[in-house]
Amino acid sequence: MNDKPAILELRNVNKSFGPIDVLHDISLRVRAGEVLCLLGDNGAGKSTLIKTLAGVHKPTSGEILMDGQSVTFVGPSDAQGRGIATVHQFGGTFPLMSIGRSFFVGVEPTKGWGPFKIYDRKRANEIAVKAVRDFGITRIDDGDRLVGGLSGGERQSLAIARAVHFGARVLILDEPTAALGVKQASHVLRIVNEAKRRGLAVVFITHQVMHAMAVGDHFAVLIRGAIAADFRKGERTREEITDLMAGGETMADLEAQVDGYMETHAGHPPSLPALEAPAAH
Amino acid sequence: MAHPVVSTSAPAADQPQSGLALGRLARRPESGSFLGLVAVLLFFGVFGGSGFLSAAGTASWLNIASEIGIIALPIGLLMIAGELDISVGAVIPAASLTAAIVSGHYGLPDWLGITAALGLGLAVGFLNGLFVTRTTIPSLIITIGTMFGTMGLTLGLTVKIAGSTGVSLVPGPIVKEIFGDYLGGMFQVTILWWVVFVVGLFWLLHISPIGNWIYALGGDKESARNAGIPTKRLTIGLFMLSGFSAAFVGVSEVMVYQSAQVLAGQSFIFNSIMCVVIGGVLLTGGFGSIVGIVFGTLTFSIVNQGIYFTSLDPNVGSVIIGALLLIAVLTNDTFRQMALSYSSKKGGQS
Repeated sequence: MNDKPAILELRNVNKSFGPIDVLHDISLRVRAGEVLCLLGDNGAGKSTLIKTLAGVHKPTSGEILMDGQSVTFVGPSDAQGRGIATVHQFGGTFPLMSIGRSFFVGVEPTKGWGPFKIYDRKRANEIAVKAVRDFGITRIDDGDRLVGGLSGGERQSLAIARAVHFGARVLILDEPTAALGVKQASHVLRIVNEAKRRGLAVVFITHQVMHAMAVGDHFAVLIRGAIAADFRKGERTREEITDLMAGGETMADLEAQVDGYMETHAGHPPSLPALEAPAAH
Repeated sequence: MAHPVVSTSAPAADQPQSGLALGRLARRPESGSFLGLVAVLLFFGVFGGSGFLSAAGTASWLNIASEIGIIALPIGLLMIAGELDISVGAVIPAASLTAAIVSGHYGLPDWLGITAALGLGLAVGFLNGLFVTRTTIPSLIITIGTMFGTMGLTLGLTVKIAGSTGVSLVPGPIVKEIFGDYLGGMFQVTILWWVVFVVGLFWLLHISPIGNWIYALGGDKESARNAGIPTKRLTIGLFMLSGFSAAFVGVSEVMVYQSAQVLAGQSFIFNSIMCVVIGGVLLTGGFGSIVGIVFGTLTFSIVNQGIYFTSLDPNVGSVIIGALLLIAVLTNDTFRQMALSYSSKKGGQS
């Protein structure tokens, strides 16, 4: 299907914090122009995995490879320098700053020379607006607009466009569609597709199966720090994936449990502790 | 939220430029404080009569404004960066006394006293910055601590060295002219220094790329650090700037009044913060402008001094300043909301 070598690969990675094992024997690979969806319920170890990919944590054992070469990230900036960009929910955008200023934080374009270098507002705005518009967000046309005035989807898109503009090869998106409306989320998914089309390797972390299935080429379900399932597009149905994420308890079981409870309790739905089942989102 | 993000039409050239004017105005942090300044100018122009409008009347509030203004500017930058500095209240008298003791008590050259005083300001600022960046204690608490520390040391050392809580200094003619002269017999030369500070810090915040770092730092420290901004160095630098500015005012004061008192400068703490907040700087950081801080300082000083030109009880002045502060924060919030929401609406219509 896609025989290109993986840009980023984890081989048998374990991570523990003291006596607590968080990740068990994780092996993953992301290729250029491919979206890898990491699915998992809260507490499944998703954020530890992201931080390991982004150079925040070092694996306790196992190997990280980039372009087939074993690498050790010194820190997050090292990973960034190698082209791994992590975009957290709204991360890297500043609500009370203009789009242009926010886009170029830390790498401001300047004109002039020596100590008299001045911030080139016009150029910053032009580049920022163009970068976002190239991703299909054509409603952004004024680089002086405040980021806080954008919709959630637009802000997320701005953050992604920023990462791509500054040379990301691997894009790690941490729950980019969480807390977004249906329409907003679909725009972010379109951006993800655009990044994929441009040949970026995308790691898409989510617990919304629908969103994952809309863009994913490859799926990995994480349960209690281990990969419980690893499959390609079209190999599983939505129900199967949801059931996997819920830790093996099928939604059908859950429904039966609720129905049974309601029959014996005069039609009242059970309270959460009574149900004792992990809630699937 | 209901508007589509991706639209196929609406190229940039089609945007109605006239409709943007209000949005652009609302985006400027100083819009609210400009209205406030106009309001107090009109009020005291009418009720203060010719006394307020005369050269002497103008000098009375400009002199006050220049001293507070030099301190309010770096306090404003710190606030935009998300920090507070209370210690300026102690640095002012400490710098005054340092200059007075070195050059007055010991009779060493004036420039040595001035250098020592400014150095002291930088040192206190450096300590503040160091504590703030190395610990998780809020800067409000840290600078209250260093304020008391500086105050205690100033009092103790002054009494020990000079034997009293006040030290006099008669500066040489050139130094007097640079720091402590009156232009036209009534305008303190400090006003010109204030202009220098305004121009310099305007350049820093609005023209140089470092200004962007300051906004980013106050907007989201974590993201700023991730974006590669040297947040610790920047924070320490800003605290040193405020220490330096406070020391500068201390030096100016001792040159103007030719004596230094241990208990001077306390009023500057709240007054400078008020000027900054009236000027439209967001207390929690990330938003504000130099022009706004200047407007805020002028507004504060006009009320502070203008009250004496009216037939009102001078104590009413404090009430007005208090009310002004609340109104300023409310209007600034409104303007900020307009700045944030205005563009989305406009975008939705196009």
